[in-house]
Amino acid sequence: MVDGDAVRGADPVAAADGPGDERDPPRSPGGRAEITDASASTHAGRQPALVVTRLTKRFGERTAFSEVSFEVAHGEVFGFLGPNGAGKTTIVRTLGTLIVATSGSAVVAGIPLSPENGVEIRQRISVMPESPGLYLRLTVTENLEYFAGLYGLHKAGARIRDALEAVNLTDRAGDLCGGLSKGLRQRVGLARTLLSDPVIMFLDEPTSGLDPVAAREVHNLIGRLRQKGVTIFLTTHRLEEAEKLCDRVAILNTTLRTIGRPGDLREQLFERALVVKTVAPLTDPDALFGGVSAVDSWRPEGATSYVLAASDPGAAAPEVTRALVGAGADVLAIGEAQHSLEDVYLELVAEDVEARAR
Amino acid sequence: MTDLDATRVRPVIRKELRDYRRKRSIVVTMAVLPAIFLIQPTLSIFLVPASTASGRYLSLPLLLLLLIPVMLPSTLAAYSVVGEREQGTLEPLLTTPIRTQEFILGKGAAVMIPTLVLSYAVFGIFLAVARLFANPVVASDLFHQGPVLLTLFLFTPLLAGWAIVVGMAVSVRASEVRVAQQLGTVASIPPLGVVVLLGVGVIHPTFTVAILFAIGLLVIDLRALRIVSRMFDRERLVTGSKAGRPDRSEPHAG
Repeated sequence: MVDGDAVRGADPVAAADGPGDERDPPRSPGGRAEITDASASTHAGRQPALVVTRLTKRFGERTAFSEVSFEVAHGEVFGFLGPNGAGKTTIVRTLGTLIVATSGSAVVAGIPLSPENGVEIRQRISVMPESPGLYLRLTVTENLEYFAGLYGLHKAGARIRDALEAVNLTDRAGDLCGGLSKGLRQRVGLARTLLSDPVIMFLDEPTSGLDPVAAREVHNLIGRLRQKGVTIFLTTHRLEEAEKLCDRVAILNTTLRTIGRPGDLREQLFERALVVKTVAPLTDPDALFGGVSAVDSWRPEGATSYVLAASDPGAAAPEVTRALVGAGADVLAIGEAQHSLEDVYLELVAEDVEARAR
Repeated sequence: MTDLDATRVRPVIRKELRDYRRKRSIVVTMAVLPAIFLIQPTLSIFLVPASTASGRYLSLPLLLLLLIPVMLPSTLAAYSVVGEREQGTLEPLLTTPIRTQEFILGKGAAVMIPTLVLSYAVFGIFLAVARLFANPVVASDLFHQGPVLLTLFLFTPLLAGWAIVVGMAVSVRASEVRVAQQLGTVASIPPLGVVVLLGVGVIHPTFTVAILFAIGLLVIDLRALRIVSRMFDRERLVTGSKAGRPDRSEPHAG
């Protein structure tokens, strides 16, 4: 496992998108703030676990991903989000040395990514593909013994026991994998990734196809690994999963659309705003909200709901409340607009869809 | 074949043998095929009249036993890589530090071991039956077929090696298991031709011929093994697309 001194949730240093990268960061149509967080230096100044610089992969004419740059700090849980076909799995395969990048560079667990370094890199990482890929006629333990052997781990009994314990499968160690449910197989796959004490774990859609209970078990396991300081690169299209588990997330749709902490992304991508809900439509909202100095602009959202742009919603709320009461409006609620990671994701992906349509 | 680590080859062999044992159809096929090939040669030695017993009559049934190492491994070898791909186990496997040569060697050895055990066991049974139950004149003549027995002994691993390497080459390139197994069977025809030519006397099995052919087969097997390792394209196996070359005009990966 990663050293215990690894800094979790390290403050990302606002920097350009990778060394020497002069690309314009993604900018939304409304001129929203630039998203420039690609750095993952730790407080201790330790080398990042993963450095990806302008990495591109093309299959003939088709581009799987293009000019992708980011860094992942040691001990960080880094989420990689994107719609189907965005290039998430191809990035994992590229960083896992299964496929060769067309251009760009990467340093994985301290080793430059190249076919020559494949064995050394694979020795330091573990990858769980979307499908756990177990030998169904072998038992759980036999599957793990096999992979322990491939990692050159001798007398791996203790490691196998630890890995099974970590995924709560000790009592199923002797079961044939063919007899396990999908959720249990996924847990065996996770146990397999733990065997080699990897510097980085790549988990490709680890909860794909799992029911909510099984997915929660996987989340809990990732949470425990996070506490231990394991660096995790998690691809998912479950936004609530990324929000819950990840220190930072990147949204990919062939190109990297944004990167940062979920909270920062919300702030960077969306204007700060107050949401006002009234019992009945206001008679003259323009005059009412226009008279409040803390409100920059406003727009209706439905018949009885209004979104007020305000640089300081906390300061604006009392003023707005007074104005509403003064105008005789029956107020249902006033609060700061909350945007989920899903909003961020949909906003960015929708931009791509619109751009393609144009 | 450099930097091979036997500690990573052994788990592959162990896992494959374990997997075979647990798949009834593999066990049955492995048991039935040698038994079938044992019947005709055994009957032959009982049907040859003692007065006409000679090398000419006895070499053919002996050489027929060489069909076992040719036929037995071809389907298993053809399944070896594409089978893993179809059942979704190849990608996790390729993310481990195992090298291509180690994987190929482990897979090949796992097919070779039961093939050799069964082939030599059948030869042993055949010779034991001849010694115990055949006419003593026929049995004596049989044991005096030195070059044929040497051919049998030397060619068994080499013909099996050919069938395995070719089967794996097919498996590395095939898109699905059925295609691989059909092509693997077709690919075992050339060594069958050698067996037939020896059996019908076109190539007369002498000690010199046996040793020269064995050396030739060994060279072919080793070269073919290298070729299979080169054909093993991780990217193609995982994505179905041939590995692209990095752009040299741009800073490339690594």
